[in-house]
Amino acid sequence: MLELRNITKRFGNVLANDGVNIKVAPGTIHAIVGENGAGKSTAMRIAYGFYTADSGDILIDGKVQRIQTPHDAIALGVGMVHQHFMLVEPMTVAENIILGAETGGAVSLNLNEAAQQIRALSEEFKLSVNPQATVENLSVGQQQRVELLKALYRHARLLILDEPTAVLTPQEVEEFFTILRRMREQGKTIVIITHKLSEVLAISDDVTVMRDGKVVGQVKTSETSAAELARLMVGRDVLLRIEKPEARAGENVLKVNDLSLTAADGTRRLDKISFDVRVGEIVGIAGVEGNGQTELVEALAGLVAPSSMTGTIEFSGRDIMRSDARQRKEMGIAHIPEDRHRRGLLLDFDLSENSILGVHYRKPTVTSGIFLDNAAIRQRAGRLIKDFDVRPANPDLPARALSGGNQQKLIIGREFDLNPKLLLVAQPTRGVDIGAIEFIHRKLVALRDAGCGVLLISAELEEVTALADRLLIIHEGRIVGEVDPKQATNEEIGLLMTGGKH
Amino acid sequence: MSEIINISLIFSTIRLATPLLLAALGGLFSERAGIINIALEGLMLSGAFTAAAVTYYTGSPWVGLLAGVGAGMLVAAIHGVACIRFKADQVVSGTAINILMLGLPAFIGGALFASTGSTPTVPKEQLIPWTPIVLGFLVFVPLVWYVLYRTPFGLRLRAVGENPEAADAAGISVKRIRYTAVLLSGALAGIGGAYLSIGQSSLFTRNMTSGRGFIALAALIFGKWRPIQTMLACLLFGFTEALAIQLQGVKISGEEIPNQFIQMVPYLLTIIVLAGFIGQSRAPRALGIPYEKER
Amino acid sequence: MKNFRQLVFPLIAVVAAFIVGGLFILLVGDNPFKVYGLMIGSALSWPDGIGYTLFYATPLIFTGLAVAVAFRCGLLNIGAEGQLYIAAFATAWVSIIFGGVVVDVFGKPVGYSVASLPAIVLVPLAMLTAILAGAAWGAIPGFLKAKFGSHEVINTIMLNFIAIALVSYFTQYHYKVQGDPLLETAPIGTAAHIPRLGSFIPGLPERIPLNIAFLLALVACLVIYIFLWRTKWGYEIRATGANPSAAEYGGISTRKQIILAMAVSGGLAGMVGINEVLGYRHRYYDGFSDNYGFTGIAVALLGRNHPFGVLLAALLFAVLQRGGIPVDAFTENVSKDIVQVLQAIIILFVAAEAIFYGPFGRFGLLKRSKV
Repeated sequence: MLELRNITKRFGNVLANDGVNIKVAPGTIHAIVGENGAGKSTAMRIAYGFYTADSGDILIDGKVQRIQTPHDAIALGVGMVHQHFMLVEPMTVAENIILGAETGGAVSLNLNEAAQQIRALSEEFKLSVNPQATVENLSVGQQQRVELLKALYRHARLLILDEPTAVLTPQEVEEFFTILRRMREQGKTIVIITHKLSEVLAISDDVTVMRDGKVVGQVKTSETSAAELARLMVGRDVLLRIEKPEARAGENVLKVNDLSLTAADGTRRLDKISFDVRVGEIVGIAGVEGNGQTELVEALAGLVAPSSMTGTIEFSGRDIMRSDARQRKEMGIAHIPEDRHRRGLLLDFDLSENSILGVHYRKPTVTSGIFLDNAAIRQRAGRLIKDFDVRPANPDLPARALSGGNQQKLIIGREFDLNPKLLLVAQPTRGVDIGAIEFIHRKLVALRDAGCGVLLISAELEEVTALADRLLIIHEGRIVGEVDPKQATNEEIGLLMTGGKH
Repeated sequence: MSEIINISLIFSTIRLATPLLLAALGGLFSERAGIINIALEGLMLSGAFTAAAVTYYTGSPWVGLLAGVGAGMLVAAIHGVACIRFKADQVVSGTAINILMLGLPAFIGGALFASTGSTPTVPKEQLIPWTPIVLGFLVFVPLVWYVLYRTPFGLRLRAVGENPEAADAAGISVKRIRYTAVLLSGALAGIGGAYLSIGQSSLFTRNMTSGRGFIALAALIFGKWRPIQTMLACLLFGFTEALAIQLQGVKISGEEIPNQFIQMVPYLLTIIVLAGFIGQSRAPRALGIPYEKER
Repeated sequence: MKNFRQLVFPLIAVVAAFIVGGLFILLVGDNPFKVYGLMIGSALSWPDGIGYTLFYATPLIFTGLAVAVAFRCGLLNIGAEGQLYIAAFATAWVSIIFGGVVVDVFGKPVGYSVASLPAIVLVPLAMLTAILAGAAWGAIPGFLKAKFGSHEVINTIMLNFIAIALVSYFTQYHYKVQGDPLLETAPIGTAAHIPRLGSFIPGLPERIPLNIAFLLALVACLVIYIFLWRTKWGYEIRATGANPSAAEYGGISTRKQIILAMAVSGGLAGMVGINEVLGYRHRYYDGFSDNYGFTGIAVALLGRNHPFGVLLAALLFAVLQRGGIPVDAFTENVSKDIVQVLQAIIILFVAAEAIFYGPFGRFGLLKRSKV
């Protein structure tokens, strides 16, 4: 059905796809797996005409085709559901679905006829959704259905789905897989991009594994195992066991009681959360992304308006609900944010300037009252760069020029330098190379042993189980369980994460 | 009171609202497609000057009007290329065009007519009979509404202004839609300008729009980027202008009413509506953001 | 390399604008070299050319800095025009109220004044008024953005018109001297006059209005540089402009920074009032501003929103402005409007600098790095 031959694509200095060959058989579900940044999405976006390859061929039904724009791909029967939905939120479902594929000529939209067709399609594939609803009022699961309908409305024979389950609850995932199987029965070909091996094994017929922009294996799902796929994905046997001494937990440093948070749109993001963190321990929070982890960390860091919250947050026995981010930092709460580009760094500022974000007012290390002490700042930046192995070690470079791992090391250095009593750390190794991951993990354990309380949030289950001394599981804004990470199995934790009962 | 509020006030309201409406609807196309258009003032000036100059030379106001539309589109094309092709800041580009159109007509006029920025007067019989166009108000606004909400072009335009990436993924050329929208805004603002120079007046004078482009922009925002509401806003602002003219020199219980306060009304109202005091006013989500994607 | 890029694109833009402007001049049948030669020769002649060029540069430095400071905080201040009008009027008002007896055109005293302060008090007071009035007017759109999230571009445009109408009202109805045919206030007290540079510099006649305000403008460049890059407040403003989410994470209240930046910006624009009222016209004259606020956008943009760049750009624009004056009289078909045309084209080219990536990128010199 679809074949990519020798596809190469470069973004600036990054080789995103390096001679990629993928062959998708008609009427199958084909999974493409790999770590973040392995080049899966890039390859499929090329197939969909969203990017154009630097070299290589795209074949549809065995014939080489010129696919320069999504328009070309759609005409050839290729549809794609992107990881971030491509929907126009203030418009209706019907408007979104017919967008770009209107049938009424130049002067009419034929909305009624379109709505009928959409209903028929919904019926056929059991994708119930109201064509008249406005997209921004739909749940994420419903929006995904709109995306599927969009492709089906365009008579797509091949559907490319980019990380479709990332936003779904486990029940929704099950439903979704049922839909996919139904589509396969009706003769559609499906490509599903994911980094979750369990899903690959559950749904696919064939698997292509990618690493560092290259295809490192293509196998039949029935003839492989999770271990083999994992080995292909990371390029070596997974060894995430971290050598760490037994935690010597001391007194409570953080006490959260009945914390609830309601977002501006009225949805409840945190629901009566209660837990403690003691000095000298790492408390991990596991959960499917989007279940309130981000909100929890931001609430604890003082980045959420107190008016949207109820409950109490106590730090070393003191109520800090009304303290702002700066006050909390002053008390000894450090924060490594989940998104370093959005929160953690000023990408256009140099490393020196980034190294003082959040302490830029401190006397005498950074300022002499009003004026910044540039000599002291540079010296301090130099020290952090050295201690935390930031490369290249040039404090005058803009943060933008560093790799993800080195940017992360700079942030970690900056926050560790606060000598925190409590560290909030979210996704510490996301988009970070293997070498830096080990470095960061060692540093986190060392900080714990130095007597700091650590709250660790990560989407990588292996990371939290390996690092945490206690593991809480969050689901839909609620803490649904606590397990001993040394004892609990992944199945057990997974069941809790997905809202299933013990 | 009746010497102020009377039938002539209604006529002059419509008369004064017409150029505002034309420019505002032009701005509507551009902004709903995601391109900020604070260049309306400059676009109107280009239309006004060209229409007057061409009418003077050809003796035909219709040729003049056509030339005014062409000039508006040409200048809008500059804005479009700067913003869409070269990803210039849209506000800055618009400001540049406004400055350009203060200078350029005077520069060309100076060379053509040896004047300081005006065109010669066009004879009265060569002016466009504007009554049909003013009445066109009634047809024009529903037409824009229909195009925007009931045609594929309108659907795509709105999609491009809200979420260009989604439009792109649906196989729509974001660039083509945006260029079309910007050119449309130039054409409409050009008519609005021509209305001033060869309709309401009989010559072009330097900076003759005197802020009408900005009032049109204000009306667009006050009308929440929707055609019907924008028309109502234009009528309201046209009314304040008409009232200001009517009240000149009129004393109410011995006190003259300062013109300046009536002039402020549209601007104050816009600030208030933008602050969210009169319902939510939400701009198209991609307004002002160049569409960029790595290929 | 980075600094080279900073300088080279503005230069290319200016050259390109002169080329396009030259085509316009050719089109109307004049010789571009002659016209440009005339302009530059006139602007750089001593003492009148240079004196007036620096005088014209003064308000542009202030408005250029104003736009640059706001821009560093991620804000586009289109409202410098309104801010400088409010400030100029306030300056005149203070200098009238505390400036001693005011007489009308017939020499009859008019009852405005409440006190007659000595120059040593009145001049600083009037200057402070200019800064504070501009700052207050600038803070309004800052506040509206911080509080309601409404966009500063639209609000500053609206506030420009409101400011112009307001000061025109006060001038016309309250502070105009009876019998004065012009729309202007009564003259300010002589104690509020600030010296012209001609009284210090040999060879510079005192009739040239270049005054102390120009020196203030130079000082302002330095102060703003130090403020932005050497103080914690400047860091907070720049961090807010670079990445508001990260600034909040760093414990910076972005709302406060928005208001502060707009106030500083307005204050700088307001300093135009010092040049205009205390140094030049000695009264508030309605509609005095020759688009200083809008040209400030061009100046800031061309100067890369850096105080020293602003200084250079303001000087260039002042050269154009001064150079435009003899163009009307000494050319066949070219009018001084060529200046506005040139300014506009410069802004367009600077704003759309990507236009130059193609032709120059080929040499591998100026290619924009992609990350």
